[in-house]
Amino acid sequence: MENQDKLLNDITTQEYQYGFVTDIETDVIPKGLSEDVVRLISFKKKEPEFMLEFRLKAYREWLKMKAPEWAHLRIPPIDFQETIYYAAPRTSPKYQSLDEVDPELLETFKKLGIPIEEQKHLAGVAVDVVMDSVSVTTTFKKVLGEKGIIFCSFSEALIEHPELIKKYLGMSVPITDNFFAALNSAVFSDGSFCYIPKGVRCPMELSTYFRINTAGTGQFERTLIIAEDDSYVSYLEGCTAPMRDENQLHAAVVEIIAMDRAEVKYSTVQNWYPGDKNGIGGIYNFVTKRGICRGESSKISWTQVETGSAITWKYPSCVLIGDNSVGEFNSVALTNHHQQADTGTKMIHIGKNTKSTIVSKGISAGKSDNSYRGLVKVMPGATNSRNYSQCDSLLLGSTCGAHTFPYIEVGNKSSIIEHEATTSKIGEDQIFYCNQRGISTEDAIGMIVNGYAREVLNKLPMEFAVEAQKLLAISLEGSVG
Amino acid sequence: MLSIKNLRASVEGKEILKGINLEVKTGEVHAIMGPNGSGKSTLANILAGKSDYEILEGEVTFLGQDLLELSPEVRSRSGLFLSFQYPVEIPGVPMISFLKASVNEHRKFKGLAPLTAGEFLKLMRAKKDMLHLDTELTNRSVNEGFSGGEKKKNEIFQMAMLEPKLAILDETDSGLDIDALRIVAEGVNALKTPENATIIVTHYQRLLDYIIPDFVHVLHNGRIVKTGGKELAFELEEKGYDWIKNGNDQ
Repeated sequence: MENQDKLLNDITTQEYQYGFVTDIETDVIPKGLSEDVVRLISFKKKEPEFMLEFRLKAYREWLKMKAPEWAHLRIPPIDFQETIYYAAPRTSPKYQSLDEVDPELLETFKKLGIPIEEQKHLAGVAVDVVMDSVSVTTTFKKVLGEKGIIFCSFSEALIEHPELIKKYLGMSVPITDNFFAALNSAVFSDGSFCYIPKGVRCPMELSTYFRINTAGTGQFERTLIIAEDDSYVSYLEGCTAPMRDENQLHAAVVEIIAMDRAEVKYSTVQNWYPGDKNGIGGIYNFVTKRGICRGESSKISWTQVETGSAITWKYPSCVLIGDNSVGEFNSVALTNHHQQADTGTKMIHIGKNTKSTIVSKGISAGKSDNSYRGLVKVMPGATNSRNYSQCDSLLLGSTCGAHTFPYIEVGNKSSIIEHEATTSKIGEDQIFYCNQRGISTEDAIGMIVNGYAREVLNKLPMEFAVEAQKLLAISLEGSVG
Repeated sequence: MLSIKNLRASVEGKEILKGINLEVKTGEVHAIMGPNGSGKSTLANILAGKSDYEILEGEVTFLGQDLLELSPEVRSRSGLFLSFQYPVEIPGVPMISFLKASVNEHRKFKGLAPLTAGEFLKLMRAKKDMLHLDTELTNRSVNEGFSGGEKKKNEIFQMAMLEPKLAILDETDSGLDIDALRIVAEGVNALKTPENATIIVTHYQRLLDYIIPDFVHVLHNGRIVKTGGKELAFELEEKGYDWIKNGNDQ
């Protein structure tokens, strides 16, 4: 027991592998937030008037709001005047090929293990890379363009497709939704925009990598995905941040809108810097993600593997408006050291015969705290709707915590809600069994944790699943009791 | 191959093994029999390196090395295999990945390159044929939802894949019907060579109808109280363990 605690301790002391800083010239505006800063951001980005109005409205709402305190998190007070709200890499011209891209930047991606070239050729993934919130390169745009698919940075979309943005921005996540969403609406610097026209199946996985580079910056990116009738898209998001002593704020908003019979799969592998083993530094990840199934028989599924951030506050949700629409949430959240996560989902059933499935797998190690928080709400008109929820927690060692906060509100008698929850520890017997077959304790833990998470990992696209598996193993190197 | 000298061990302050002496040479099959609670499984677990026990005294040499100094995984890679009495389930981990990791760890230890997927599958097929195993087990998660018989067959299958120098079978016959018992026993016999050795830990004599031991040791109250040839097993079956207990008390 003692030995395993020690080993657990050793494994959990694994340091963050992505802690490097890219030395690229960055265009930074002074820290702090005011109406002037909001105007400056909008000006720098040469935005249309309606966008500035949207931002200012959001800013004024934000001033009236308070940071949420209901989560099972200990959040140190955040000084919003100490954050830099805009940092764009200064090398501004767009590139036609990767050869033109700043070699430093390519080096960064290499360290991250994301060879863009290789992904481009081998995996057929179009990557819209967002570093400090401005898209640096978008590949495969031409191929997609032939199908009428728009996949570009948010800023670009603002210039080229302002009518779409004007129509859909804030539809899933209104300005007033919550404190962090309002903040994002006021100051977001860039993000991704994706539009799939009627009847089009996107022929490849669309992928964005987010990465926070400049010290003291907050990353506020905004993603908007619109899937028209009978369309399909699978969207991947991966995140990392370099190692820094101070805490960095990340408050993103993702909005998805699915029309009749459209399907959107949104997958995230989040690996923001979690802070060191003593809990110093790390990203505060306060994200609002919501999809609206507007059309009948539409489907939105969220799949997330969360191993990073010092604090995670995140509830990717589905609003099921269309009859027979389907929402899914599949999550693996791993916390180690002093990390805290309060994550889960909301499934709002409005249309008839709507269905939702929640599979949440929490893994806690070290001195971390991991909570699942979920709401299943069935409106009176959502007759014959169904929900199935499964919330599992896995504990490694005896100094971590796992909590489940399920909320269920059902407004009619024909709906069926099921909820299952389990809590387990990695058994010493399981580890010994692996040891006896020649497998080291570290590898055994990686294997057992991946087995535990398999149900969710299987939902990820292939390349992502492999990366997620490695991440789970790396994030835990050293943990059991 | 294996030499145990005056091994004393306790669990949670209670002395279970009170001075075990045992010599196992290559090519030999030893049976360790004894009533429940005599320390049979404790001995098997200590040899495999389970951490719940405290070694009070004695030494164990395995292939010239101090066994008690080695970690469980190094013992395994050095050629010591334990067929578990109660194989644990590892949900979500496919048997095939587990076994591949295991086989490749063993190869790495010997300085060999890992097997490719193709080579591994070929090896697996050969061993399955040898043991007359159905192919389905390896597609499932490690021991998950396996019947008692399937778990034991799966242990022997892993043994076949790893080709240990010393195999310790802990109550491998418990929970097996007569057909499964025969398959398992035939598997063990098929894996026997003049270069390896087997220790069978069992409560009943019936497994020894199929696997003929060279030596039978009777363990009682933490000590080996009687050693003989295979006929000792029959005698035990006939007279019961009370015969030993009484004999020991006198």
